[in-house]
Amino acid sequence: MIKLTDVTKEYPRHGAALKEVSFHVAKGEFVFLTGHSGSGKSTTLRLVHMADRPTHGEVRVSGFSSALTSAREVWKLRRRAGMVFQDFRLLPGRTALENVAFALEVTGTPRGQLHHRAQRLLAQVGLSAKLSSLPTELSGGEQQRVAIARALATEPLVLLADEPSGNLDERAARGILELFRELNASGMSVLMATHDLDLIRAFPAVRVLELDEGRLVYDSRENGA
Amino acid sequence: MTHAVREALAAIRRAPLLTALSAAMVALALFVVGLFALVAHNLQVALDQVEERVEVVAYLRDDTRSVELEIAEEEMRSLPEVEDVRYVSKEEALLLAQEQLADFQDLFAGLEVNPLPASLEIALAPGSRDPETVSRISQHVSVYPFVEDVRYGEEWVDRVYLLQRISGITAGVLGTGFGAVAALIIATAIRIAIFARREEIYVMRLVGASNGFIRRPFLLEGIFTGLVGGLLAAGLSYASYLAVGHLLFPVEWLPGPWVAGGILAGAAFGLVSSALAVRRYLQEV
Ligand SMILES: Nc1ncnc2c1ncn2[C@@H]1O[C@H](COP(=O)(O)OP(=O)(O)OP(=O)(O)O)[C@@H](O)[C@H]1O
Ligand SMILES: [Mg+2]
Repeated sequence: MIKLTDVTKEYPRHGAALKEVSFHVAKGEFVFLTGHSGSGKSTTLRLVHMADRPTHGEVRVSGFSSALTSAREVWKLRRRAGMVFQDFRLLPGRTALENVAFALEVTGTPRGQLHHRAQRLLAQVGLSAKLSSLPTELSGGEQQRVAIARALATEPLVLLADEPSGNLDERAARGILELFRELNASGMSVLMATHDLDLIRAFPAVRVLELDEGRLVYDSRENGA
Repeated sequence: MTHAVREALAAIRRAPLLTALSAAMVALALFVVGLFALVAHNLQVALDQVEERVEVVAYLRDDTRSVELEIAEEEMRSLPEVEDVRYVSKEEALLLAQEQLADFQDLFAGLEVNPLPASLEIALAPGSRDPETVSRISQHVSVYPFVEDVRYGEEWVDRVYLLQRISGITAGVLGTGFGAVAALIIATAIRIAIFARREEIYVMRLVGASNGFIRRPFLLEGIFTGLVGGLLAAGLSYASYLAVGHLLFPVEWLPGPWVAGGILAGAAFGLVSSALAVRRYLQEV
Protein backbone atom coordinates (compact mmCIF):
# COMPACT_ATOMS: atom_id res chain seq x y z
CA MET A 1 0.00 0.00 0.00
CA ILE A 2 2.81 2.38 1.03
CA LYS A 3 6.36 1.51 0.07
CA LEU A 4 9.44 3.65 0.57
CA THR A 5 12.64 2.44 -1.09
CA ASP A 6 15.93 4.08 -0.07
CA VAL A 7 14.25 7.44 0.28
CA THR A 8 16.49 10.42 0.89
CA LYS A 9 15.04 13.92 1.15
CA GLU A 10 17.37 16.88 1.11
CA TYR A 11 16.28 20.45 1.64
CA PRO A 12 18.41 23.18 0.15
CA ARG A 13 20.46 24.91 2.89
CA HIS A 14 19.37 22.34 5.44
CA GLY A 15 20.77 18.99 4.36
CA ALA A 16 19.07 15.61 4.51
CA ALA A 17 15.80 15.43 6.45
CA LEU A 18 15.49 11.73 5.53
CA LYS A 19 18.36 9.36 4.82
CA GLU A 20 17.84 6.15 2.88
CA VAL A 21 14.58 5.26 4.56
CA SER A 22 12.87 2.06 3.45
CA PHE A 23 9.70 0.52 4.83
CA HIS A 24 6.49 -1.05 3.67
CA VAL A 25 3.01 -0.59 5.07
CA ALA A 26 0.68 -3.37 3.97
CA LYS A 27 -2.98 -3.00 3.09
CA GLY A 28 -5.04 -2.78 6.26
CA GLU A 29 -2.04 -2.17 8.51
CA PHE A 30 -1.89 0.37 11.36
CA VAL A 31 1.50 2.02 11.89
CA PHE A 32 2.78 4.64 14.31
CA LEU A 33 5.62 6.78 13.00
CA THR A 34 7.57 8.16 15.93
CA GLY A 35 10.80 9.98 16.74
CA HIS A 36 12.09 13.18 18.25
CA SER A 37 11.13 16.56 16.98
CA GLY A 38 12.89 17.17 13.67
CA SER A 39 13.50 13.47 13.04
CA GLY A 40 11.56 13.56 9.76
CA LYS A 41 8.02 12.37 10.55
CA SER A 42 6.19 15.19 8.81
CA THR A 43 8.62 15.00 5.91
CA THR A 44 7.79 11.31 5.49
CA LEU A 45 4.05 11.99 5.48
CA ARG A 46 4.46 14.84 3.01
CA LEU A 47 6.32 12.52 0.68
CA VAL A 48 3.62 9.86 1.00
CA HIS A 49 0.96 12.49 0.24
CA MET A 50 3.19 13.71 -2.62
CA ALA A 51 3.16 17.28 -1.38
CA ASP A 52 6.89 16.91 -1.87
CA ARG A 53 9.13 14.52 -3.81
CA PRO A 54 12.14 12.51 -2.59
CA THR A 55 15.61 13.61 -3.66
CA HIS A 56 16.63 9.98 -4.12
CA GLY A 57 14.70 6.74 -3.92
CA GLU A 58 11.07 6.04 -4.61
CA VAL A 59 7.80 6.42 -2.77
CA ARG A 60 4.95 4.21 -3.93
CA VAL A 61 1.43 4.72 -2.66
CA SER A 62 -1.46 2.61 -3.88
CA GLY A 63 0.09 2.15 -7.32
CA PHE A 64 1.32 5.75 -7.66
CA SER A 65 5.07 6.13 -7.90
CA SER A 66 6.78 9.37 -6.89
CA ALA A 67 8.98 8.95 -9.96
CA LEU A 68 6.13 8.64 -12.43
CA THR A 69 3.22 10.64 -11.03
CA SER A 70 3.14 14.12 -12.55
CA ALA A 71 2.05 17.14 -10.55
CA ARG A 72 -1.20 17.26 -12.46
CA GLU A 73 -2.04 13.69 -11.47
CA VAL A 74 -1.32 13.98 -7.76
CA TRP A 75 -4.98 14.63 -7.06
CA LYS A 76 -5.77 11.06 -8.04
CA LEU A 77 -3.44 9.79 -5.35
CA ARG A 78 -4.89 12.23 -2.80
CA ARG A 79 -8.30 10.66 -3.26
CA ARG A 80 -6.86 7.34 -2.16
CA ALA A 81 -4.76 8.72 0.67
CA GLY A 82 -6.60 11.06 3.06
CA MET A 83 -4.55 13.42 5.23
CA VAL A 84 -5.28 14.80 8.70
CA PHE A 85 -3.20 17.47 10.45
CA GLN A 86 -2.62 18.44 14.03
CA ASP A 87 -4.05 21.88 13.33
CA PHE A 88 -7.13 20.53 11.48
CA ARG A 89 -7.10 23.15 8.67
CA LEU A 90 -10.86 23.49 8.50
CA LEU A 91 -12.52 26.33 6.60
CA PRO A 92 -13.37 28.80 9.38
CA GLY A 93 -16.51 30.29 7.87
CA ARG A 94 -18.23 26.96 7.35
CA THR A 95 -20.07 24.62 9.66
CA ALA A 96 -18.93 21.07 10.34
CA LEU A 97 -21.41 19.81 7.79
CA GLU A 98 -20.38 22.39 5.19
CA ASN A 99 -16.69 21.61 5.65
CA VAL A 100 -17.29 17.96 4.90
CA ALA A 101 -19.76 18.74 2.09
CA PHE A 102 -17.17 21.04 0.52
CA ALA A 103 -14.65 18.20 0.28
CA LEU A 104 -17.32 15.94 -1.19
CA GLU A 105 -18.37 18.55 -3.72
CA VAL A 106 -14.92 19.42 -5.00
CA THR A 107 -14.12 15.75 -5.50
CA GLY A 108 -17.14 15.17 -7.67
CA THR A 109 -20.07 14.16 -5.47
CA PRO A 110 -23.39 15.12 -7.12
CA ARG A 111 -25.03 18.07 -5.39
CA GLY A 112 -28.12 16.12 -4.47
CA GLN A 113 -26.10 13.70 -2.36
CA LEU A 114 -23.86 16.17 -0.55
CA HIS A 115 -25.99 16.77 2.53
CA HIS A 116 -26.82 13.13 3.06
CA ARG A 117 -23.27 11.87 2.61
CA ALA A 118 -21.69 14.60 4.74
CA GLN A 119 -24.16 13.70 7.50
CA ARG A 120 -23.19 10.05 7.25
CA LEU A 121 -19.45 10.82 7.42
CA LEU A 122 -19.94 13.00 10.50
CA ALA A 123 -22.03 10.24 12.08
CA GLN A 124 -19.14 7.85 11.39
CA VAL A 125 -16.77 10.04 13.43
CA GLY A 126 -19.38 10.44 16.17
CA LEU A 127 -20.29 14.07 15.55
CA SER A 128 -23.95 13.90 14.53
CA ALA A 129 -24.93 16.36 17.24
CA LYS A 130 -22.72 19.19 15.98
CA LEU A 131 -23.50 19.37 12.28
CA SER A 132 -24.22 23.09 12.21
CA SER A 133 -21.44 24.23 14.53
CA LEU A 134 -18.66 26.43 13.19
CA PRO A 135 -15.07 25.29 13.88
CA THR A 136 -14.72 28.00 16.55
CA GLU A 137 -17.71 26.51 18.36
CA LEU A 138 -16.11 23.06 18.50
CA SER A 139 -13.52 21.60 20.90
CA GLY A 140 -10.15 20.53 19.57
CA GLY A 141 -11.16 16.87 19.60
CA GLU A 142 -14.39 17.71 17.75
CA GLN A 143 -12.56 19.76 15.15
CA GLN A 144 -10.18 16.86 14.67
CA ARG A 145 -13.16 14.59 14.01
CA VAL A 146 -14.48 17.01 11.37
CA ALA A 147 -11.05 16.97 9.73
CA ILE A 148 -11.10 13.16 9.77
CA ALA A 149 -14.61 13.05 8.31
CA ARG A 150 -13.37 15.37 5.58
CA ALA A 151 -10.37 13.13 4.88
CA LEU A 152 -12.77 10.20 4.53
CA ALA A 153 -14.85 11.99 1.88
CA THR A 154 -13.14 10.23 -1.01
CA GLU A 155 -13.30 6.82 0.68
CA PRO A 156 -9.51 6.57 0.84
CA LEU A 157 -7.60 3.32 1.20
CA VAL A 158 -5.02 5.00 3.43
CA LEU A 159 -5.40 7.51 6.21
CA LEU A 160 -2.33 9.67 6.91
CA ALA A 161 -2.28 11.63 10.15
CA ASP A 162 0.37 14.09 11.30
CA GLU A 163 0.20 14.39 15.10
CA PRO A 164 -3.59 14.28 15.08
CA SER A 165 -3.65 14.06 18.86
CA GLY A 166 -0.97 16.68 19.46
CA ASN A 167 -3.22 19.44 20.76
CA LEU A 168 -5.70 17.21 22.55
CA ASP A 169 -5.88 16.10 26.15
CA GLU A 170 -5.35 12.45 26.91
CA ARG A 171 -8.99 11.45 26.78
CA ALA A 172 -9.66 13.22 23.51
CA ALA A 173 -6.45 11.75 22.05
CA ARG A 174 -7.56 8.24 23.02
CA GLY A 175 -10.94 8.94 21.44
CA ILE A 176 -9.31 9.85 18.14
CA LEU A 177 -7.13 6.74 18.33
CA GLU A 178 -10.19 4.54 18.96
CA LEU A 179 -11.76 6.08 15.89
CA PHE A 180 -8.65 5.27 13.83
CA ARG A 181 -8.74 1.73 15.14
CA GLU A 182 -12.36 1.39 13.99
CA LEU A 183 -11.53 2.72 10.54
CA ASN A 184 -8.54 0.40 10.41
CA ALA A 185 -10.75 -2.52 11.41
CA SER A 186 -12.90 -1.80 8.36
CA GLY A 187 -9.83 -2.30 6.15
CA MET A 188 -8.22 1.12 5.92
CA SER A 189 -4.44 1.42 6.29
CA VAL A 190 -3.38 4.05 8.82
CA LEU A 191 -0.01 5.81 9.04
CA MET A 192 0.09 8.15 11.98
CA ALA A 193 2.96 10.36 13.10
CA THR A 194 3.16 10.95 16.85
CA HIS A 195 5.76 11.58 19.49
CA ASP A 196 3.32 10.70 22.29
CA LEU A 197 4.93 7.62 23.83
CA ASP A 198 2.08 7.10 26.32
CA LEU A 199 -0.31 6.85 23.43
CA ILE A 200 1.93 4.34 21.68
CA ARG A 201 2.14 2.25 24.86
CA ALA A 202 -1.62 2.33 25.21
CA PHE A 203 -1.96 0.55 21.86
CA PRO A 204 0.63 -2.20 22.01
CA ALA A 205 -0.79 -4.08 19.04
CA VAL A 206 0.09 -1.24 16.66
CA ARG A 207 3.31 -1.47 14.68
CA VAL A 208 5.85 1.26 15.47
CA LEU A 209 8.45 2.82 13.16
CA GLU A 210 10.97 5.13 14.75
CA LEU A 211 13.00 7.81 13.00
CA ASP A 212 16.11 9.42 14.39
CA GLU A 213 17.72 12.31 12.54
CA GLY A 214 16.24 11.14 9.30
CA ARG A 215 17.14 7.45 9.64
CA LEU A 216 14.76 4.62 10.31
CA VAL A 217 16.19 3.16 13.54
CA TYR A 218 13.43 0.88 14.77
CA ASP A 219 10.64 -1.25 13.33
CA SER A 220 8.63 -3.11 15.98
CA ARG A 221 7.66 -5.79 13.52
CA GLU A 222 11.24 -6.68 12.64
CA ASN A 223 12.22 -6.59 16.29
CA GLY A 224 9.59 -9.19 17.11
CA ALA A 225 7.29 -6.98 19.15
CA MET B 1 -19.60 22.49 -13.98
CA THR B 2 -22.33 24.08 -11.91
CA HIS B 3 -19.79 24.50 -9.13
CA ALA B 4 -17.47 26.38 -11.47
CA VAL B 5 -20.29 28.67 -12.65
CA ARG B 6 -21.37 29.42 -9.10
CA GLU B 7 -17.81 30.12 -8.01
CA ALA B 8 -17.14 32.36 -11.01
CA LEU B 9 -20.32 34.36 -10.33
CA ALA B 10 -19.37 34.63 -6.66
CA ALA B 11 -15.94 35.96 -7.63
CA ILE B 12 -17.52 38.53 -9.94
CA ARG B 13 -19.96 39.57 -7.23
CA ARG B 14 -17.11 39.88 -4.75
CA ALA B 15 -15.23 42.32 -6.99
CA PRO B 16 -17.78 43.81 -9.40
CA LEU B 17 -15.79 46.98 -9.98
CA LEU B 18 -12.69 45.10 -11.03
CA THR B 19 -14.73 42.86 -13.32
CA ALA B 20 -16.34 45.95 -14.86
CA LEU B 21 -12.95 47.57 -15.31
CA SER B 22 -11.55 44.43 -16.95
CA ALA B 23 -14.51 44.19 -19.30
CA ALA B 24 -14.26 47.90 -20.11
CA MET B 25 -10.60 47.56 -21.03
CA VAL B 26 -11.29 44.56 -23.24
CA ALA B 27 -14.12 46.58 -24.77
CA LEU B 28 -11.83 49.55 -25.39
CA ALA B 29 -9.21 47.38 -27.06
CA LEU B 30 -11.76 45.69 -29.29
CA PHE B 31 -13.60 48.96 -29.95
CA VAL B 32 -10.44 50.47 -31.39
CA VAL B 33 -10.06 47.42 -33.58
CA GLY B 34 -13.76 47.62 -34.46
CA LEU B 35 -13.54 51.28 -35.50
CA PHE B 36 -10.60 50.66 -37.73
CA ALA B 37 -12.23 47.54 -39.09
CA LEU B 38 -15.16 49.78 -40.01
CA VAL B 39 -12.83 52.18 -41.79
CA ALA B 40 -10.91 49.41 -43.50
CA HIS B 41 -14.07 47.64 -44.56
CA ASN B 42 -15.60 50.77 -46.08
CA LEU B 43 -12.37 51.66 -47.84
CA GLN B 44 -12.37 48.15 -49.24
CA VAL B 45 -15.93 48.54 -50.44
CA ALA B 46 -14.97 51.80 -52.15
CA LEU B 47 -11.85 50.24 -53.61
CA ASP B 48 -13.77 47.27 -54.96
CA GLN B 49 -16.11 49.63 -56.79
CA VAL B 50 -13.23 51.66 -58.14
CA GLU B 51 -11.18 48.65 -59.03
CA GLU B 52 -13.77 47.34 -61.41
CA ARG B 53 -13.15 50.47 -63.44
CA VAL B 54 -9.41 50.53 -63.05
CA GLU B 55 -7.94 50.77 -66.50
CA VAL B 56 -4.85 52.13 -68.11
CA VAL B 57 -5.45 54.59 -70.91
CA ALA B 58 -2.68 55.12 -73.48
CA TYR B 59 -3.11 58.26 -75.61
CA LEU B 60 -1.72 57.85 -79.08
CA ARG B 61 0.12 60.19 -81.35
CA ASP B 62 -1.89 61.28 -84.38
CA ASP B 63 0.65 59.78 -86.77
CA THR B 64 0.40 56.26 -85.36
CA ARG B 65 0.34 53.65 -88.09
CA SER B 66 -2.37 51.02 -87.84
CA VAL B 67 0.09 48.13 -88.41
CA GLU B 68 2.16 49.16 -85.42
CA LEU B 69 -1.02 49.54 -83.41
CA GLU B 70 -2.29 46.09 -84.25
CA ILE B 71 0.96 44.46 -83.23
CA ALA B 72 1.00 46.41 -79.94
CA GLU B 73 -2.61 45.53 -79.22
CA GLU B 74 -1.82 41.87 -79.82
CA GLU B 75 1.17 42.02 -77.48
CA MET B 76 -0.85 43.64 -74.72
CA ARG B 77 -3.65 41.16 -75.02
CA SER B 78 -1.16 38.34 -74.49
CA LEU B 79 -0.19 39.71 -71.06
CA PRO B 80 -1.94 37.74 -68.28
CA GLU B 81 -2.71 40.97 -66.37
CA VAL B 82 -4.65 42.41 -69.28
CA GLU B 83 -8.28 41.50 -69.63
CA ASP B 84 -9.16 43.50 -72.71
CA VAL B 85 -7.80 46.20 -74.99
CA ARG B 86 -10.13 48.54 -76.76
CA TYR B 87 -9.19 51.05 -79.42
CA VAL B 88 -10.94 54.40 -79.24
CA SER B 89 -10.51 56.48 -82.35
CA LYS B 90 -10.35 60.28 -82.42
CA GLU B 91 -13.93 60.42 -83.70
CA GLU B 92 -15.24 58.14 -80.99
CA ALA B 93 -13.42 60.21 -78.38
CA LEU B 94 -15.05 63.36 -79.63
CA LEU B 95 -18.49 61.78 -79.71
CA LEU B 96 -18.00 60.49 -76.21
CA ALA B 97 -16.87 63.89 -74.99
CA GLN B 98 -19.87 65.57 -76.59
CA GLU B 99 -22.16 63.08 -74.93
CA GLN B 100 -20.62 63.40 -71.52
CA LEU B 101 -20.23 67.14 -71.64
CA ALA B 102 -23.58 68.00 -73.23
CA ASP B 103 -23.55 71.41 -71.55
CA PHE B 104 -20.56 72.42 -73.60
CA GLN B 105 -22.19 71.44 -76.88
CA ASP B 106 -21.46 74.87 -78.37
CA LEU B 107 -17.80 74.55 -77.67
CA PHE B 108 -17.54 71.36 -79.69
CA ALA B 109 -19.75 72.63 -82.51
CA GLY B 110 -17.31 75.40 -83.36
CA LEU B 111 -14.30 73.09 -83.70
CA GLU B 112 -12.63 72.66 -87.05
CA VAL B 113 -10.05 70.12 -86.04
CA ASN B 114 -10.58 67.33 -83.57
CA PRO B 115 -8.25 68.09 -80.65
CA LEU B 116 -8.79 64.73 -78.91
CA PRO B 117 -6.25 61.94 -79.36
CA ALA B 118 -7.07 58.35 -80.18
CA SER B 119 -6.41 55.99 -77.31
CA LEU B 120 -6.09 52.39 -76.18
CA GLU B 121 -8.21 51.52 -73.12
CA ILE B 122 -6.52 48.64 -71.38
CA ALA B 123 -8.80 46.85 -68.89
CA LEU B 124 -6.98 44.82 -66.27
CA ALA B 125 -7.89 41.32 -65.13
CA PRO B 126 -9.35 40.88 -61.63
CA GLY B 127 -6.49 40.40 -59.20
CA SER B 128 -4.24 42.67 -61.25
CA ARG B 129 -5.84 45.93 -60.24
CA ASP B 130 -3.55 46.82 -57.37
CA PRO B 131 -1.33 49.90 -57.62
CA GLU B 132 1.87 47.95 -58.33
CA THR B 133 0.47 46.02 -61.28
CA VAL B 134 -1.29 49.08 -62.65
CA SER B 135 1.87 51.14 -62.63
CA ARG B 136 3.93 48.29 -64.08
CA ILE B 137 1.52 47.88 -66.99
CA SER B 138 1.49 51.65 -67.56
CA GLN B 139 5.24 51.71 -67.71
CA HIS B 140 5.21 48.81 -70.11
CA VAL B 141 2.74 50.60 -72.38
CA SER B 142 4.55 53.95 -72.29
CA VAL B 143 7.57 52.36 -73.96
CA TYR B 144 5.83 52.17 -77.35
CA PRO B 145 7.09 55.08 -79.45
CA PHE B 146 3.61 56.04 -80.64
CA VAL B 147 2.26 56.40 -77.12
CA GLU B 148 2.04 60.05 -76.18
CA ASP B 149 0.96 59.70 -72.59
CA VAL B 150 -0.37 57.09 -70.13
CA ARG B 151 -2.98 57.77 -67.49
CA TYR B 152 -4.57 55.82 -64.70
CA GLY B 153 -6.14 56.83 -61.39
CA GLU B 154 -2.68 56.59 -59.84
CA GLU B 155 -2.82 59.30 -57.22
CA TRP B 156 -5.95 58.29 -55.49
CA VAL B 157 -5.73 54.54 -55.98
CA ASP B 158 -2.41 54.85 -54.18
CA ARG B 159 -3.94 57.03 -51.55
CA VAL B 160 -6.80 54.67 -50.76
CA TYR B 161 -4.42 51.78 -50.46
CA LEU B 162 -2.18 53.81 -48.21
CA LEU B 163 -5.13 54.83 -46.01
CA GLN B 164 -6.14 51.23 -45.70
CA ARG B 165 -2.67 50.20 -44.66
CA ILE B 166 -2.33 53.05 -42.17
CA SER B 167 -5.67 52.24 -40.57
CA GLY B 168 -4.69 48.60 -40.31
CA ILE B 169 -1.40 49.41 -38.62
CA THR B 170 -2.96 51.97 -36.28
CA ALA B 171 -5.63 49.46 -35.29
CA GLY B 172 -2.96 46.84 -34.66
CA VAL B 173 -0.81 49.12 -32.49
CA LEU B 174 -3.63 50.69 -30.46
CA GLY B 175 -5.50 47.39 -30.13
CA THR B 176 -2.36 45.65 -28.88
CA GLY B 177 -1.70 48.44 -26.38
CA PHE B 178 -5.18 48.39 -24.93
CA GLY B 179 -5.15 44.60 -25.10
CA ALA B 180 -2.00 44.46 -22.98
CA VAL B 181 -3.58 46.73 -20.37
CA ALA B 182 -6.72 44.60 -20.45
CA ALA B 183 -4.67 41.42 -19.94
CA LEU B 184 -2.94 42.98 -16.93
CA ILE B 185 -6.23 44.01 -15.35
CA ILE B 186 -7.75 40.59 -15.94
CA ALA B 187 -4.68 38.98 -14.40
CA THR B 188 -5.05 41.23 -11.37
CA ALA B 189 -8.71 40.33 -11.03
CA ILE B 190 -7.86 36.63 -11.24
CA ARG B 191 -5.08 37.04 -8.73
CA ILE B 192 -7.42 38.71 -6.28
CA ALA B 193 -10.00 35.99 -6.84
CA ILE B 194 -7.36 33.31 -6.21
CA PHE B 195 -6.15 34.94 -3.01
CA ALA B 196 -9.67 35.42 -1.74
CA ARG B 197 -10.10 31.68 -2.26
CA ARG B 198 -6.72 30.49 -1.06
CA GLU B 199 -8.01 28.56 1.95
CA GLU B 200 -10.54 26.75 -0.21
CA ILE B 201 -7.92 26.05 -2.85
CA TYR B 202 -5.63 24.62 -0.19
CA VAL B 203 -8.36 22.28 1.03
CA MET B 204 -9.31 21.35 -2.53
CA ARG B 205 -5.76 20.23 -3.18
CA LEU B 206 -5.59 18.48 0.16
CA VAL B 207 -8.66 16.35 -0.45
CA GLY B 208 -7.91 15.65 -4.11
CA ALA B 209 -9.88 18.04 -6.31
CA SER B 210 -8.53 17.83 -9.86
CA ASN B 211 -6.45 20.69 -11.25
CA GLY B 212 -9.06 21.36 -13.88
CA PHE B 213 -11.74 21.61 -11.23
CA ILE B 214 -9.70 24.15 -9.27
CA ARG B 215 -8.93 26.22 -12.38
CA ARG B 216 -12.31 26.21 -14.04
CA PRO B 217 -14.01 28.98 -12.05
CA PHE B 218 -11.15 31.38 -12.77
CA LEU B 219 -11.11 30.53 -16.46
CA LEU B 220 -14.87 31.02 -16.61
CA GLU B 221 -14.47 34.39 -14.96
CA GLY B 222 -11.98 35.35 -17.68
CA ILE B 223 -14.22 34.12 -20.48
CA PHE B 224 -17.17 36.00 -19.03
CA THR B 225 -15.18 39.23 -18.70
CA GLY B 226 -13.88 38.93 -22.26
CA LEU B 227 -17.31 38.12 -23.64
CA VAL B 228 -18.88 41.14 -21.96
CA GLY B 229 -16.01 43.26 -23.30
CA GLY B 230 -16.54 41.88 -26.80
CA LEU B 231 -20.28 42.57 -26.73
CA LEU B 232 -19.67 46.06 -25.39
CA ALA B 233 -17.15 46.73 -28.17
CA ALA B 234 -19.61 45.49 -30.80
CA GLY B 235 -22.27 47.82 -29.35
CA LEU B 236 -19.90 50.80 -29.33
CA SER B 237 -18.80 50.10 -32.89
CA TYR B 238 -22.41 49.86 -34.03
CA ALA B 239 -23.22 53.16 -32.32
CA SER B 240 -20.28 54.76 -34.12
CA TYR B 241 -21.48 53.33 -37.40
CA LEU B 242 -24.94 54.81 -36.83
CA ALA B 243 -23.46 58.16 -35.81
CA VAL B 244 -21.24 58.40 -38.88
CA GLY B 245 -24.14 57.41 -41.14
CA HIS B 246 -26.32 60.05 -39.50
CA LEU B 247 -23.90 62.92 -39.26
CA LEU B 248 -21.36 62.47 -42.04
CA PHE B 249 -21.99 60.11 -44.92
CA PRO B 250 -23.53 56.69 -45.47
CA VAL B 251 -21.23 53.79 -44.63
CA GLU B 252 -21.57 50.05 -44.59
CA TRP B 253 -21.80 48.01 -41.37
CA LEU B 254 -19.26 45.24 -40.85
CA PRO B 255 -19.90 41.75 -42.22
CA GLY B 256 -21.56 39.43 -39.68
CA PRO B 257 -18.63 37.02 -39.36
CA TRP B 258 -16.31 39.92 -38.48
CA VAL B 259 -18.61 40.99 -35.64
CA ALA B 260 -19.04 37.43 -34.37
CA GLY B 261 -15.29 36.91 -34.69
CA GLY B 262 -14.62 40.07 -32.68
CA ILE B 263 -16.92 39.02 -29.85
CA LEU B 264 -15.42 35.53 -29.79
CA ALA B 265 -11.96 37.07 -29.85
CA GLY B 266 -12.93 38.93 -26.67
CA ALA B 267 -13.96 35.69 -24.98
CA ALA B 268 -10.81 33.92 -26.18
CA PHE B 269 -8.72 36.83 -24.99
CA GLY B 270 -10.33 36.64 -21.55
CA LEU B 271 -9.71 32.91 -21.44
CA VAL B 272 -6.05 33.18 -22.39
CA SER B 273 -5.40 36.09 -20.00
CA SER B 274 -6.96 34.26 -17.08
CA ALA B 275 -5.25 30.97 -18.00
CA LEU B 276 -1.88 32.72 -17.88
CA ALA B 277 -2.76 34.37 -14.57
CA VAL B 278 -4.00 31.08 -13.10
CA ARG B 279 -0.80 29.32 -14.16
CA ARG B 280 1.23 31.99 -12.53
CA TYR B 281 -0.69 32.72 -9.34
CA LEU B 282 -2.15 29.34 -8.43
CA GLN B 283 1.34 28.17 -7.49
CA GLU B 284 1.59 30.94 -4.93
CA VAL B 285 -1.21 29.68 -2.72
N1 LIG C 1 10.60 23.00 3.83
C1 LIG C 1 11.72 22.73 4.53
N2 LIG C 1 12.87 23.37 4.24
C2 LIG C 1 14.00 23.11 4.91
N3 LIG C 1 14.08 22.22 5.89
C3 LIG C 1 12.98 21.55 6.26
C4 LIG C 1 11.74 21.77 5.59
N4 LIG C 1 10.81 20.97 6.16
C5 LIG C 1 11.44 20.28 7.13
N5 LIG C 1 12.73 20.64 7.21
C6 LIG C 1 13.73 20.09 8.14
O1 LIG C 1 13.71 18.69 8.05
C7 LIG C 1 13.84 18.11 9.32
C8 LIG C 1 12.68 17.16 9.57
O2 LIG C 1 11.50 17.93 9.72
P1 LIG C 1 10.09 17.28 10.00
O3 LIG C 1 9.08 18.37 9.99
O4 LIG C 1 9.88 16.14 9.10
O5 LIG C 1 10.29 16.76 11.50
P2 LIG C 1 9.19 16.09 12.45
O6 LIG C 1 9.70 14.75 12.81
O7 LIG C 1 7.85 16.17 11.86
O8 LIG C 1 9.28 17.05 13.72
P3 LIG C 1 8.12 17.49 14.72
O9 LIG C 1 7.94 16.35 15.67
O10 LIG C 1 8.69 18.69 15.42
O11 LIG C 1 6.91 17.77 13.93
C9 LIG C 1 13.88 19.23 10.32
O12 LIG C 1 15.22 19.41 10.74
C10 LIG C 1 13.41 20.45 9.55
O13 LIG C 1 14.09 21.60 9.96
MG1 LIG D 1 6.10 17.21 12.30
